[in-house]
Amino acid sequence: MTGAASRRYRMMTERVAFGIIRLLAGLVVITLGGIVLFLIYQGARAVNWSFLTEAPRDAMTKGGIFPAIIGTFYLTIGSSLIALPLGVASAIYLSEYAREGWLLKLIRLGIQNWAGVPSVVFGLYGLALFVVFLGFGVSILAGSLTLGFLILPTVIGASEEAFRQVPSTFREASLALGATKFQTICRVVLPSALPGVLTGSILGIGRAAGETAPIMFTAATFYTKHLPTSPLDQVMALPYHIYVLATSGTHIDQTRPLQYGTVLVLISLVLGINIFAIIIRTRMRRKKTW
Amino acid sequence: MVATSDIVIEVRDLDFYYGDIKALRGVSLNIKRNQVTALIGPSGCGKSTFLRLLNRMNDLIPGTRVEGQVMFEGQNLYDEDVNPVDIRRRIGMVFQKPNPFPKSIFNNVAYGPRLTGIKDKKKLDELVVRSLKQAAIWEEVKNSLDKSALSLSGGQQQRLCIARALAMAPEVLLMDEPTSALDPIATSRIEELVEVLKKDYTVVIVTHNMQQAARVSDDTAFFYMGEMVEMGNTERLFTKPEKQQTEHYITGRFG
Amino acid sequence: MTLTMGEGDVQMSTLSAGGNHASESTTRGVELKVQEGISKYFFLAAASTSLLVMALIMIFLFREGLAIFGKVNAVSFFFGKAWYPTYDPPEFGILALIVGSVSVTLFSSLVAIPLGVGTALYLSVLAGPTVREYVKAAVELLASLPSVVLGFLGMVVIAPTMQELLDIPTGLNIVSASIVLAIMAIPTITSISEDALYAVPRDNLEASYALGATRWETMSRILVPGALSGIGTAVILGMSRAMGETMVVLMVAGGAAQIPSSLFDSVRPMPASIAAEMGEAPFGGEHYHALFAIGIVLFLMTLVFNLVATYISTRFQQKGASTL
Repeated sequence: MTGAASRRYRMMTERVAFGIIRLLAGLVVITLGGIVLFLIYQGARAVNWSFLTEAPRDAMTKGGIFPAIIGTFYLTIGSSLIALPLGVASAIYLSEYAREGWLLKLIRLGIQNWAGVPSVVFGLYGLALFVVFLGFGVSILAGSLTLGFLILPTVIGASEEAFRQVPSTFREASLALGATKFQTICRVVLPSALPGVLTGSILGIGRAAGETAPIMFTAATFYTKHLPTSPLDQVMALPYHIYVLATSGTHIDQTRPLQYGTVLVLISLVLGINIFAIIIRTRMRRKKTW
Repeated sequence: MVATSDIVIEVRDLDFYYGDIKALRGVSLNIKRNQVTALIGPSGCGKSTFLRLLNRMNDLIPGTRVEGQVMFEGQNLYDEDVNPVDIRRRIGMVFQKPNPFPKSIFNNVAYGPRLTGIKDKKKLDELVVRSLKQAAIWEEVKNSLDKSALSLSGGQQQRLCIARALAMAPEVLLMDEPTSALDPIATSRIEELVEVLKKDYTVVIVTHNMQQAARVSDDTAFFYMGEMVEMGNTERLFTKPEKQQTEHYITGRFG
Repeated sequence: MTLTMGEGDVQMSTLSAGGNHASESTTRGVELKVQEGISKYFFLAAASTSLLVMALIMIFLFREGLAIFGKVNAVSFFFGKAWYPTYDPPEFGILALIVGSVSVTLFSSLVAIPLGVGTALYLSVLAGPTVREYVKAAVELLASLPSVVLGFLGMVVIAPTMQELLDIPTGLNIVSASIVLAIMAIPTITSISEDALYAVPRDNLEASYALGATRWETMSRILVPGALSGIGTAVILGMSRAMGETMVVLMVAGGAAQIPSSLFDSVRPMPASIAAEMGEAPFGGEHYHALFAIGIVLFLMTLVFNLVATYISTRFQQKGASTL
């Protein structure tokens, strides 16, 4: 092969290869973008004020999704109340107190893999432990605990990472001034790590809001007229509502607009929470100067 | 012979281990009140390690061990009932690289006093102003106390860190190569400051810069390979060193 | 050598040294010591609680699941082809469910790997910085799309379309479930792969260019090999996610507990079985225990995936300039 021919061949290969890569990436972007636009378009036709503020009527073929919004709200808040304090405190122990060594490595490995446990397994766990063994029944409490423990590893992982990124010189400076370890953690480490802790926690909360499988047997109910009055009540929830309307109603096609509307509300909530986390992260990164 | 009361810190036969590695061997020396003591030597000689032993900062490194005694005002710092937190309040420290907290200038200086439970705004104000003046940075920052400490230049940050240490009213101030990250002008300001500080404080300064040791210190200790080779009056040590290793070092034959 | 011992021109207020704050009140010192001790145990308690929860997951899963082996022997449980949990007498053979899970996982990764890795390559090699930043953020955002939404989409859009186009009995089958699972896994794969590609030292790429390599040659011989462990981790995590995903397979895979003979057959992957039947299985009955046993299988399979991913990412960590 002459030099020129070889060169032409090399350039050709490159052009073909890059063409394929562009095609693949284009396909992904168009598909993902198309899905979101499609859901927004379909959902926007169903969502209006009364859809958001009324209860379902006529065997769930008409009316709104207010109880499901409230239910998801309670479950999300409930799971945050469990996962955030416990997760951040655990992360503080792991990063500030625990000695480096094989045990800590093993614990980190466990936490990392815990985050990959399928959510339906958490559903089983919640059913066995909270609903049956501890006798909470199918309730907000049982669902919040299940979701809370589902996102706990995410919160611990993100927080520990954030703590470890705080420069050790900050800790040294504080300790050299005679601060106790606890004072150093509260006044220096925690404030410096806050953006990272918040981002990780909010991403976890976003996940909790959108999960279906863990709450199917622990918290969610097909239909209830009443808004919950105690943590031991069952609730309707947005993800479960979508599943139920789409699979087990008697008028599946008739309720299609309601399904799309519920989908739009759910993705607005989940993506909104995630966008919020991303904004916090970028803003804090810009401010960070160490 | 110096009277005992003039000695603030008396170190006796100090050994220090990182795991199995013996980093300091049988160091004994005295730190005199209201004087500047310089610790010099080639890098890795153990001078910074030694400095951090004086306020138990090495406690923070896992797997380390100390043998021997560090008598501070008559008490061994390494006695079991001594709380390192109390020691660090009485023996302040300034680090190699300026390390202000990502807080405002005011809050950096007020950090220490607040730890001790001072909440009174007036008292805090007074302490902050006094410390900033002492550290010779007041004039530069008096109109921007609410600004982030990280907005200051390196030299200003280091003087702020000194102010932060002074706000605790320590009895001894340890300085670990405090000018190594600074330009010559900022360095000379810190050196001038050290001269003034010794009126009120006892200062121990680690430096890799022999001229700096000669300029600021009264006593100098020369460390080499984990041992304290020679200590004495700075002028004497630099002009008539007793040990050959010292002479080699100060005449620039190694290090 | 001269010594400058004179006064500096430093401004100085009059102040006497001493006045140690700590010694002013010893009660505060004691208070702090107590606080220090309590706080340590508080954080220790929190960490222990977290670990206990983690342990309890396994304990309860195994306690409830292993009970089935008192009634059914392990061989007929794992290799039995018939899953008729509510018949009389019931049959608990989960082979069809395992095959269902494996088939959708494998087929979805066939779809997701080229698309996910291709997108990562596009972002790291071909895209401009602005496109890269926005597309990456958008892709990561879509990783958080709730699975029930994607399952819904598969049910109402993909399955009917496929049924009509190909004229097959049902659109709820391996292919459509796999497509939806792939859509779900792509953001994970793209995001982690892109991080890995980004972490390949720029020096190596420059060295390759300096030797006259084209962009494609540099990419295929330096960039991709350099990021291979990261890409491998991404792929395995994506597969693990597909394996454990519930709502998509519950809604789109068709739900037939049979060993498929074609890609257009319906299947009933393990998570779908658990989710669909747990509501009806009486507490403490054989069916209940059998579903927990499926949970154990699922747990262990995804655990293996995750451990392999962790192993790859730590064992073959990229060696950059810093380690030289």
